[in-house]
This record gives sequence, structure tokens and C-alpha cells, in this order.
Amino acid sequence: MIGQIFSLAFLAQTIRISVPYALASLGGVYSERGGVVNIALEGIILNGAFCTAVGTYYTGSPLVGILCGVAGGLFTALIHAIVSINIKADQIISGIAINLFAVGITKFVLGILFHSSSNSARIRGLPHIYLGFIEHQRDVAHLLGNPMVLGTIAIVIASQVILFKTRFGLRLRSVGENPEAADTVGISVNRYRYYGVLISGALAGLAGAWLAFDQHSFTDGMSAGRGYIALAAMIVGKWNPLGAAAACLLFGLAESLQIQSQGGALPTQFIQMIPYVATIVVLAGFIGKAVAPGADGVPYEKEK
Amino acid sequence: MPYAIQLINITKRFARTVANDNVRLAVLDGSIHALVGENGAGKTTLMEVLYGLYQPDSGKIKIHENEVTIRSPHDSIKLGIGMVHQHFMLVPTLTILENIILGAEDAKHGFLNLSRTTSRIAELADSFSLSVPLNERVQDVGVGIQQRVEILKAIYRRADILILDEPTAVLTPQESTQLFGILSELKQQGKTIVLITHKLNEVMAISEHVSVMRKGKIAGELDTAETNPQEIAQLMVGRPVLLKVEKDKSKTGHPVLSVNDLSYVDRRGIAILKDVSLEVSSGEILGIAGIEGNGQTQLVEAITGLLKPTSGTIMLNGINLGDLSVSQIFESGLAHIPEDRIKRGLVVDLPIKENLILGMHTRNEFSSRLSMKLSGIEQNAKLLIEKYDVRPPNPDALARELSGGNQQKVIIARELSRNSKLIVASQPTRGVDIGGTEFIHRTLVSERDNGKAILLISADLTEILSLSDRIAVIYDGRIVKVFSDNKVEESELGLYMTGTKGNGKTAALA
Repeated sequence: MIGQIFSLAFLAQTIRISVPYALASLGGVYSERGGVVNIALEGIILNGAFCTAVGTYYTGSPLVGILCGVAGGLFTALIHAIVSINIKADQIISGIAINLFAVGITKFVLGILFHSSSNSARIRGLPHIYLGFIEHQRDVAHLLGNPMVLGTIAIVIASQVILFKTRFGLRLRSVGENPEAADTVGISVNRYRYYGVLISGALAGLAGAWLAFDQHSFTDGMSAGRGYIALAAMIVGKWNPLGAAAACLLFGLAESLQIQSQGGALPTQFIQMIPYVATIVVLAGFIGKAVAPGADGVPYEKEK
Repeated sequence: MPYAIQLINITKRFARTVANDNVRLAVLDGSIHALVGENGAGKTTLMEVLYGLYQPDSGKIKIHENEVTIRSPHDSIKLGIGMVHQHFMLVPTLTILENIILGAEDAKHGFLNLSRTTSRIAELADSFSLSVPLNERVQDVGVGIQQRVEILKAIYRRADILILDEPTAVLTPQESTQLFGILSELKQQGKTIVLITHKLNEVMAISEHVSVMRKGKIAGELDTAETNPQEIAQLMVGRPVLLKVEKDKSKTGHPVLSVNDLSYVDRRGIAILKDVSLEVSSGEILGIAGIEGNGQTQLVEAITGLLKPTSGTIMLNGINLGDLSVSQIFESGLAHIPEDRIKRGLVVDLPIKENLILGMHTRNEFSSRLSMKLSGIEQNAKLLIEKYDVRPPNPDALARELSGGNQQKVIIARELSRNSKLIVASQPTRGVDIGGTEFIHRTLVSERDNGKAILLISADLTEILSLSDRIAVIYDGRIVKVFSDNKVEESELGLYMTGTKGNGKTAALA
């Protein structure tokens, strides 16, 4: 039984679930390290998925689809950036509004383009890289050879380096921790906050692209709370790229455990709770030690 | 000698006030120039205009005799201007090294070149005797070190004009002396220094020229050698001021507060208070001297019931406070002037009149069972506003609209109107200007003369020395020394405050 659960297929399943979490969660890290709370991740994922499906469907090219997904994410994040950074509105409210907006707009355009209220037409998936050693396990090979899986791993590692070893990372962290201090040494607080939010838009857009390719279509409301789980993972990971990615793997593991255990002795309702219970337990266990960036969620007023 | 800075007819308005009104200031190259004035006189605003944080509405700025436009700190840094702000502009979670280089990083293709930077900063630190642990996080070092980091930050950016805003406000006497040593060193090496302060002894000790500001205008320009503190104070306030607190010898009565073996261990398991014992009698002021963060806050919170001590007893007029609620403690004769006005002392979005009855709002004169007695509240406010000279004298003005000194007057008015036996006054004049300080000091002394027991906690040694009848020094959660009078040198107190003397031993109750 145990051997069956922790098989190669199980591992592949865990990664498949974790990839969009990790991308969105990294997005959260960039945004919040720069001082902007981004619960709009949920809506950005949804818009990203939708734009990916539309782009891929009309061009037949998954690559163009990904670019559309990133563009959709960037555009959605741009709204959040303008509202949060320039207009200095409450960032939670802005995020909620964007999430509600995303649900409505995708459904609306879905109806126009695909004459359906539930899903788009079928789209092509991403081509995968040939991995000889594991080709006998077809599903696993397709997954591990997926360029987006490899890309996500690269982005996680690169983000850790960018945040802590580069000038950009240092400045981004400074505007999220103490914008007054950054301002007094001549760093443009707003510009770096824009960078943070826009990077989060691109990454969460990528997360959406993954979902669309994974299901070979866009379905209504397909982000299904992943943006919020990604935020939880970001907190559990203490706003560090590596930590957030590890937390995403943990949540992915809980979710695939749930999928594997269905039809077993336990009632399905209990099993379906696993990922959420895991989220709460981990949050309750770690949150006391996780400290948010000092100015996270606080608009910067130059002249008080 | 040429001028390093010339500010010519600078005017800066905010929504309702004119912070700088046609201000002219000229600072000689290579000199130490003091800029003094009461809170709200416009000193900091003027310097922030110079530093590019604010844009003046009119006026000209010349640096080294050339007219310049300064739109942001970016511009002023390029002109060689560095500023050490009163509230340090450091990022607590970053290392000292990262803080110093922030905004002026040495990077190759975007990657930080930390090893080269480290050696360059170490060299700089060495040549100005500014040693700092570069790899520690700012949040883990004391304020003295943080201030050095700020100075290093400016020098690293090749500043030759250094503005320091109230630099000694957070320092011990020893640290202040060290700072003045550093400033003299900087001057030796040709830097120009502008020192914003309201401590007149500092002006006399280190500056060559003084500019005095009052209500947004320059009220006087003096050569330090040809003036005296009295003259400067009068220019600052606009009327003669008593710089010394006048008081007679105390007529000490029976003990009012006795704290016995009080200890407190916080949630993280760190001992904050260690066997603190002290006694305050009616008619005396016991001053607690100490560097902030040595347990003063917790001591006050334990006495006022905001925090439950781990062990020990606190008696007020023979009543054990241990089992009483906060409101019961206040009813049994306590008044509390908290260290943090905004957090503990006021509800800033309520009007003055409601702030004046906080904690007494259930008393019969303010409340019937169903509703507040508005006329009683109004009456009380009018009386207290008049007695304590709160400005503006409008019971309906919101507390947040008042200046720091007037906010403090509202708190003092309320607390003294409780008719308490014990007054716990924590940093009562922090951020309050000379005029307000004079008033608060006189009020505390007259309360003492009326037989109240007063426990005074202050980081300002001048205040401790001039008000206290006895002085206890707290260090690392212990009372390490009790002086039975106030005839002790600041430097002597400083040695106990830093743990150099009396370390580890709990002083016997004098």
C-alpha cells in the first residue's frame, strides 16, 4: 500500500499539482517583498489561464499561448499596481475586486468566443522534452520533460539568487521593509514596487498557463483557490523563494495524497479535507515565527 | 571663508501651516553649525528641503556658492549632502553592510560585489573611528551603532556636508561624548556639519555658529562664543524661560508605592525584570535612570496592571495590586502618564473632551446608567483645558490635531484630575518643547509638594537630575544603584546605566 502510494506516478502527480502553486507563490514573494500585498494572485491565475487558452486556440502555438498568459497576468497585475501604488487604495480590497472581476470577465468572453459558459474548445498542450531513461513510464516522462516544470525549478533557484545577491533584490527588499529609508537614499519606491507587482503578475500568469495546458482547455473558475493556497505557502515559506517552493511541494503532496486515497476506507469528505487541514496546521505551526516585510500592505506617502 | 550651504528666502507651506517662512541660512564651509528651535519651529522641514525630501514653494539653494535645484535625495547625495535623520532611515532586517550600500551599490551585471565593498567600508570606518559590525543585522545592534551606520552611509556616498537631526536624543551621555568626538574628527577632515538640536548644552559645547528658529522663521543668528544658553532659549521660545527647575527640599511622608522582588520573564523566556525592589513615599520624586529597553517599560506596565509579573508584589497604599484589574488599580489611587502618548495615552480620533475622561467615564459626574452626561463632560473639559493651557482651547478638537506638547498636556490634565496618590510618569516630556517642558516640570513638582508620590522614568538625564529627590538606576532589568539625593554627575550615572559600574548586583534599597 505505502509503496503504491509513494510511487513514481505519485511523485509526478505531486509535482504536477505543485507547479502552479510554486509559480504563483513566487509571484507573491516578489510582490510582498516589495511591500504590496497581492491577494489578486487568484484572479491573475484565472486571467492567465484564459489568455493562454485563447492564444493557443487561435494561433495553434502553445508558445504564443504562454506569452498571452504572461501578458494577461501582467495586465491584471498592472491594475493592482495602479490601484495599490498610485491611488494608494486598500490592497486587500483591490485584490478582492480583481478576483471578482476576473471571474466575470473570463466567463463573459468565454461566452463570446466559445459560445459556452463552462469551458473553451480543446487546445494543444506543451511539447515535452524527450527523456530516454524514463520513457517506459509515459505520463511521468511527459511531466518531468515538460519545459514548464524545468522552467519553474530554474525560476525558484534564480529568484533566491535575485532576491539576496543582486542590487535589484536588495532594493526590492528595502522598499518593502522601510520605504522611507529607501527613499532617503534615492531609490524610487514606486518604481520598485511596480517591478515587484508586475513580476508577480507574470509568474501568476504562468501558473494560469500551466493550468490551461494541463487540462487542454480553459474551464470556468479553474483557478479554484490556488492563488490563496499560494499565498499561504508564501507565508509558510517566510517570504523566501526556496521556502515558498518547499511549502508548495508540501501542499501538492497533501493534495495528491487526497487523490490517491479516494475510494479507500475513509469517507471522501474527510479525504478531501486533507490539503486544507494541512494548510491550517502548517500555518498555525509556523506563522508565529514568520514575519512579514515591515511595510507589507502599507501604501507609501512621500510627503506626510 | 566660503559658504558650504546658502538657503535664500526658503518658504515651504503645508496644507494649513507655513513650516518655513522666508528662511535664510548660511553655513560656512568646514564649520559646525547648530540649528535650534522648539518642536514645530521648522528646523527639520528646512533641512528636508535641503535634502530634497520636500520641494520649497519658493526660494533658492546654493551649495558651495553655486545655485542648485534639488528634486530628490538622489540630487542632494550627488551634491555631497548626507543626512542622519532623527528616526534612523535604516532597514532593520538588512545587515549593516547592506544598509550602508543601499542605493549606491557596487555591482557587476547587477550582482553585488560584497567583498570589495566590505574592505572599502572597513577602511572608511577606520579613518573616522566609526567601527561597526558589518555583517550584523541592524535590528540586532543598539542605537549608538545604528547612528554610526547612518554617518558611515553618508560618508560612503562621499558626503562633505552632513546634517544630523537631534542626534543625541537616543544616546547615553557616553555615546553622546563619543559622537561629538566623531563630529570633531569629521570637521578636522574638512566636512561641514549642521546639527539640529534643542539641547542648549550641546550647542555651547560643539558648535561655532547658531541659527535659532521660531514658528517657521529665523529668530536669531549668533556666534556661539558670544552667546549663552539663556539668550538662545529666549530666542527659541520668544519669552524668558526658566532653564532650571525650581524646587524646595522634599517633605517625604509615608511610603505609597512599594515594589518587592518583582521579576518578569517574557514569552520567549527572557528575564526582563530581575528582583526589582523600590519604594516611593508621598512628597517625593523617585527618578529611574536607564537606557531604554532595560526593563523600564515592563516595570511601568507591571505597576499599572497592564502586564502580569512572574513573581513579586506591588503594594499601593498597603493594597496588593496583584489581584486587581486595571480599573481597580486606577481607582485605588494611581495616575499614569504613559511613555507612548499615541498608543497608550490617547484615543487620537476622539475629541479632547472625551480623551479627558478616559478611564473615569463610569464616574457619576460623566455617566448615568444609560447614557453619558454630555454637560458634565463638557464642563470638565473646559475646566481642565483652562487650567493646563491646552491649545487650541477647543473641547471638540480631535486629539490627533494637537501638537505633541498639547497632547501631553491633555494626558497630564486627565491623569492629575483623578486625585491619585501615586503618579507614574514615563518620559513625560519626550518630544515636548522647552516651553511645554517647563510647564510639565513645574506641574510635577507642585504635585509632589501636594504630597503625591511620583515615580519618574526618563531617558533624559537632565530631567532625572533636575526633578528627582532620589535616583535609582536600572540596568538589564535590575536596580543596580540607588542615590539618596540628586547630587550625582551625569557621567557617574552613565557608568551605572551602561553596566560598567555595579553590574550584576542588585543594589540595596537606600
